Amino acid sequence: MSGLRPAAAATAALVATLAIAAALLAVGGYSPGVAFTALARGAFGSWDLFVSFTLVRATPLLLTGLAVALAFRAHVWNIGAEGQLHAGALAGVAVAIFLPLAHPLLLLPATLLAGAAAGALWASVPAAMKTRMGVGEVITTLLMNFVALFLAQFLVQGPLREARGVFNQTDEIPAAARLPTLLPDTRLHLGFLIGIAIAVALWLYLTRTPGGFRIRAVGASVRAAEVSGRFRAEPVIWRAFLASGAIAGLAGWIQVSGITHRMYEGLSPGWGYTAIAVALLARLHPLAVVLTAIVFGALSAGGAAMQREAGVPDVWVRGIEALVILAVLAVDKGLQVLGRRGSRA
Amino acid sequence: MPDFAVLSSFLVAAVGLAVPLALAALGETVSERAGVINIGLEGSVIWGALGGALGSLAFGPYMGLLSGALAGAAAALLFAVFAVWLNTDQIITGTAVTIGSLGFTGAVFQSRFGTTGVALDLETVPLRELPLLSRIPVIGPALFDQALTAYLAYAMVPLLAWFLFRTRWGLALRAAGESPEAAHAAGVPVVRTRMLAVVFAGLMAGLAGAHLSLVHTGTFVENMSAGKGFIAIAVVVLGRWRPGGVLAAALFFGGAEALQFALQAFDADLPYPLFLALPYVLSLAALAGWFGRSRAPEGLALPWPKRGPQS
Repeated sequence: MSGLRPAAAATAALVATLAIAAALLAVGGYSPGVAFTALARGAFGSWDLFVSFTLVRATPLLLTGLAVALAFRAHVWNIGAEGQLHAGALAGVAVAIFLPLAHPLLLLPATLLAGAAAGALWASVPAAMKTRMGVGEVITTLLMNFVALFLAQFLVQGPLREARGVFNQTDEIPAAARLPTLLPDTRLHLGFLIGIAIAVALWLYLTRTPGGFRIRAVGASVRAAEVSGRFRAEPVIWRAFLASGAIAGLAGWIQVSGITHRMYEGLSPGWGYTAIAVALLARLHPLAVVLTAIVFGALSAGGAAMQREAGVPDVWVRGIEALVILAVLAVDKGLQVLGRRGSRA
Repeated sequence: MPDFAVLSSFLVAAVGLAVPLALAALGETVSERAGVINIGLEGSVIWGALGGALGSLAFGPYMGLLSGALAGAAAALLFAVFAVWLNTDQIITGTAVTIGSLGFTGAVFQSRFGTTGVALDLETVPLRELPLLSRIPVIGPALFDQALTAYLAYAMVPLLAWFLFRTRWGLALRAAGESPEAAHAAGVPVVRTRMLAVVFAGLMAGLAGAHLSLVHTGTFVENMSAGKGFIAIAVVVLGRWRPGGVLAAALFFGGAEALQFALQAFDADLPYPLFLALPYVLSLAALAGWFGRSRAPEGLALPWPKRGPQS
């Protein structure tokens, strides 16, 4: 498949989404023109808005989007990035607060490792249930999300609660555990570059290594992969789960380390779910995830402006995300039908 | 006897919390028997809650239940058009329907009642005591002093068992779920059967949502479905895809949810969020087979007609 067709399909899906969203906005009594102008201005209106809002909001979406893309490539339906993200954030905060390392070159890597490990650990439960007991991962990863949310709630209300004891949040993490900002006078932090580095690494892994080939082979067909006699699918499925969970875990900790500097209830507005739209729009291609994460980062940044300037509640953005997924599915279906007609002719 | 009172109020709470799970899970049982897993069930629940609230404001609580059920069915129809008719991936489609439903119910609610989050005060569906049955000690008031939704859930159990296992339509539906190829060869309209099954599940999930807003709370809050649709899917597995088992499993989960209230009556310092997590942990344990294993319909979540090899 040439590189242009997926790009054209993704564009078609986006255009369809915008058209449907415009129609729905009109039905809802809003002016689509005013809403979209506000959205675009909020996301791209100035260099500072683009860097400090759009790119900053794209960062957790980039990481969770990569996590989902990798898992889906192996046909591991990890709907649990949201939970893995929370696990990673909690572990990172715990290490940052309790580990007596004052130097950033020691503390930062330790916290990043902890975040990734916790995300992988959270993903290992559904992985074990799938490989050992044959339980589908869709429901298990979803249920693990809720367990993670309540665990986070418990920890920030109890054991990890700030020393002041005023709000349900942790203390601020020490300076040595904070990711440095990339550009002076902006909020953009090193986490964005980490995300891009992981995207490139994943792309190289999937296309240039035997391990990556196996992930794609298992994704195409578990049975074919096993019948061909070259390898067993189970370790590949484990690897996809753990790597996906680790990247999602990083997403959570990187958000705390780079932006919020504390953990609290409701850290994520549902990035782990938006990540599915991000990954699908990118056709599960790691490099394309960078672009689609920025698209959704813009949607999120612009959503706030849309609420402020056009009076459109920002929950609309969640609805638009769902429209993107459905549009991608429908465009795919259309291409398949066209492809079949074309091959018959 | 204070212990007796605690037990009694625990059972009342358990049944009340079990009813929405039972309704949604009974519907999903039919859908999964037909071979379709609908992760968008959560979306049907939240549309049911909002549809119930809006319908109740306009026409009273009973019409609210109806409009909630219809709203849930509409969300399921959208899912069915994609996942069954267009044959898109059931998991991804269901996830999209859930995300979109949580977003758009919020949008509709805010456009109607403002973004500040007014507390809606809805007229609730009254509880109706069944004569004689409600006099049974301990379980009587819990099971038989409930709203219409609970009695619908009870009635659905024998009805669905009869339909699924004693009628030709039920046989055709199960065939579509076990082996769509064979069902198709035998003349069963697989696509139409599956679509109807999914929409029925949406109707029931919508009713479950309407129970949340019109029986359980008397208000609508954004995201109030709170994963009930997902737990219902776990309840189907725990109930082994059989209506009687599903009702029993729903009561078990209702009990797990009600436990927090009973335990807090004894000790207010217990970590509240951990009890909120309990039903989800139990769902996982149930899926892991700690309470016995059983087999899912053979064709569950698989595309029909089969897709060609991927390019």
